[in-house]
Amino acid sequence: MSTVFERELEDLKGTVLKLGSLVEKAISDSIKSLVERNSKLAADVIDKDPQVNALDVEIDEECIRLIALRQPRAGDLRLITTAMKITTDLERIGDIAVDISERALELNEEPQLKPYIDIPRMAEIAQGMVRDALDALVKGDSALAREVLTRDDMVDNLNWQVFNELLFFMIRDPKTVSRAVKITYVSKYIERIADHATNIAEMVVYLVEGKIIRHMAIPGAK
Amino acid sequence: MVKELKAEVKKLNFYYGSVQALKEINLPIERRKVSALIGPSGCGKTTFLRCFNRMHDLYPHNRYEGEITLYPDNINIISPEIDPIEIRMQISMVFQKPNPFPKSIYENVAYGLRVRGIRKRAVLDEKVEKSLRGAALWDEVKDRLNHLAFDLSGGQQQRLCIARALATDPRILLFDEPTSALDPTATSKIEELIIQLKDEVTIIIVTHNMQQAARVSDYTAFMYLGEIVEYDKTDRIFTAPSNRLTEEYITGRFG
Repeated sequence: MSTVFERELEDLKGTVLKLGSLVEKAISDSIKSLVERNSKLAADVIDKDPQVNALDVEIDEECIRLIALRQPRAGDLRLITTAMKITTDLERIGDIAVDISERALELNEEPQLKPYIDIPRMAEIAQGMVRDALDALVKGDSALAREVLTRDDMVDNLNWQVFNELLFFMIRDPKTVSRAVKITYVSKYIERIADHATNIAEMVVYLVEGKIIRHMAIPGAK
Repeated sequence: MVKELKAEVKKLNFYYGSVQALKEINLPIERRKVSALIGPSGCGKTTFLRCFNRMHDLYPHNRYEGEITLYPDNINIISPEIDPIEIRMQISMVFQKPNPFPKSIYENVAYGLRVRGIRKRAVLDEKVEKSLRGAALWDEVKDRLNHLAFDLSGGQQQRLCIARALATDPRILLFDEPTSALDPTATSKIEELIIQLKDEVTIIIVTHNMQQAARVSDYTAFMYLGEIVEYDKTDRIFTAPSNRLTEEYITGRFG
């Protein structure tokens, strides 16, 4: 039999996952709107962002309420602080999906510069990172969370590759600059999504193992 | 930083007659820190606390095994050669309910000193004032030191008991759920006092209130069925304990 508090914690997890699924959908729709030149879909992503913001606030309020009223300790405390931090990352990913959609709206007004190949690949990896980080949260699986961290480099490399390719376009033909710069933005946006997914995965490691693994590469950091 | 120990418990066993209440307890007690003992009712935390000042000697058939070494003297305080009366002056206890003697405020604090044979009024006056100040009670009682201790409120009586304990310059202060009979205001005064007192004295506190352990202690030991399950820095115990039993107790899942 579960206590009121245990049910509240389950509900909190559920709300974080709901936010996670909204955000995952926003990423894939924003990329789809770009690749398929579907401006209606891009507008849709922008319209739905207030739902993401509302859930972000709802989760923060619930976490603050639980801290004040339940005085959580140990694993419960780690779950609540993790939820608060993950929510910030998820909300930022939602904002990035809006940014991608805005660039898609602009790019869809002009002739396509080139077929999108690396951008959807990057997006797929980044989205997979978000999905698996949240999956790791649900299952309390820190091995999966640590595996997610290893994928960040792939996205960074693709971002670099896309940038160089677009730079080549711009040098060759200045008329492409406006479009190429916007696509570079999109690439950078996706790279940021992977960074936020990395933050989420690191928080899951903290939740499960009680260890803060952020900034491990920095000398002197614990 | 090297830890400086005030006491060290080594392989302590304790028996009430044939019933073993404490099993193979090992625990460092760091100097001038607050160590909290937590655990469900009946886990042995009060029994353990009472070993430190030989309270169990008051009843026959109680038996200690092992050692509680007091530093820097290096004496085993549970050894039969050690006089329990002297130990109780050096390691004083504050109980659950305030238990002042039916005497004046002044005489309550002076009691232990008189037992030690101190008669000089000037010495007693100075010690009484210092102890009452140490227990954050002086300003409230300085004009009525001759009043009966029972005239004080519950929270004041508890601080009087702390002053009484401080008067003999104890090396360790033991608190056995010192605020369970007090209201929240009096409780927070006692908690503040405990934190201040550790500048001068080593403190061990038994508490049922986990938030209290979290607020006042530097180290926490979780006890269950007469054993220490986990001992660590308090912030570690309350954020990421290593043991599953500790986790369950801390989060209210059992106990």
